[in-house]
Amino acid sequence: MSRKPYVREVSKTGWYLKHPRYMRYMSREITCIPIGAFALLLVCAMERLSHGQAAFDSFMAAIAGPGGFIGMLIVLLFATYNATNWFNVTPKAMPVQIGEEFLAGKYIVGAHYAVWAIASLVVLLFAGV
Amino acid sequence: MSELKKRMVELEVLRYDPEQDSEPRFQKYEVMCNEEWVVLDALNAVKETIDPTLAYRWSCHMAVCGSCGMMVNGEPKLSCHAFLRDYVGQVIRVEPLANFPIERDLVTVADDFINKLKRVKPYIIPKEKKPISEGEYKQTPAQLMKYRQFSMCINCMLCYAACPEYSLQPQFIGPAAITLAHRYNLDSRDAGRDQRQEVIATNEGVWECSFVGACSEVCPKAVDPAGALQQVKVASTIDWFKEHLLPGGKS
Repeated sequence: MSRKPYVREVSKTGWYLKHPRYMRYMSREITCIPIGAFALLLVCAMERLSHGQAAFDSFMAAIAGPGGFIGMLIVLLFATYNATNWFNVTPKAMPVQIGEEFLAGKYIVGAHYAVWAIASLVVLLFAGV
Repeated sequence: MSELKKRMVELEVLRYDPEQDSEPRFQKYEVMCNEEWVVLDALNAVKETIDPTLAYRWSCHMAVCGSCGMMVNGEPKLSCHAFLRDYVGQVIRVEPLANFPIERDLVTVADDFINKLKRVKPYIIPKEKKPISEGEYKQTPAQLMKYRQFSMCINCMLCYAACPEYSLQPQFIGPAAITLAHRYNLDSRDAGRDQRQEVIATNEGVWECSFVGACSEVCPKAVDPAGALQQVKVASTIDWFKEHLLPGGKS
């Protein structure tokens, strides 16, 4: 009997449309685009700052206004979606074993949210809010 | 005792005869099934009463042997664990496990997985062998619990069928093999981690994984391969820092 295994082709570009779990994965991954854009904006802000107070102030004025606000809001939403996605899977990557038992995942996830909240408060305090 | 409920079940099964077909084709069957049957029972009924040429693998019929993995309505499932009552009103489409070549009908070529499994040395490699007269290698319950979940893998390959990384990058060592490597790395009786790291802490190993998480969603034994792979990434990263940043680190 001859063997002739058949290999099914996989779409290199449309594979993630085949199942909701792949769409969820891609929605998480795509958050890197607005977050990356925001990181670029921060680099530009630092570059302007290196040219002095006046250059920085004019840069800040340029990104102020409704357009800038909406842009920041979109980045915040994407960043929040990204962070919550990753926080919720942290128990998989860093299980904590105590004796014969494992610490419930909710405590590991909760610790991440707590550190996030504290870090945000510290940043807001530094920003003088 | 009340009589068992029966109903007609419609199946669409992917058929492929390497001696006749240039590509697979779907074949429809209608078969009378008991209400509490699983998809594997329906296939057995087809083979016994309609078409004895239908080829598929199965053995234990109790989700232990890992032989009967198939795509059931697009989802990787053990066909002995896919209950017909969950598909009422639907045509049940049965295909061979995705991401593996088709040998015949629902039988896939598993060689790639088997070879990768061998490469990760999924067995205990003791630091030094001792004679039986010295007694067993002892382990505390806590040491057992460290790896127990990952030892539940039955090599059914559903995780490979669900993994888009494996479908796009077939050189990827893959979820089950890396999980089993991790299982032995965590075992207090084992000293083979360095040998396994050469295979799994590589670009075709754990760093090919982008944490889609599909492997854990489809795992019939709740092994959580995605968790195992992330833990291997953390441990491998710590290795790298120790090697490159600590004085006297191995190069």
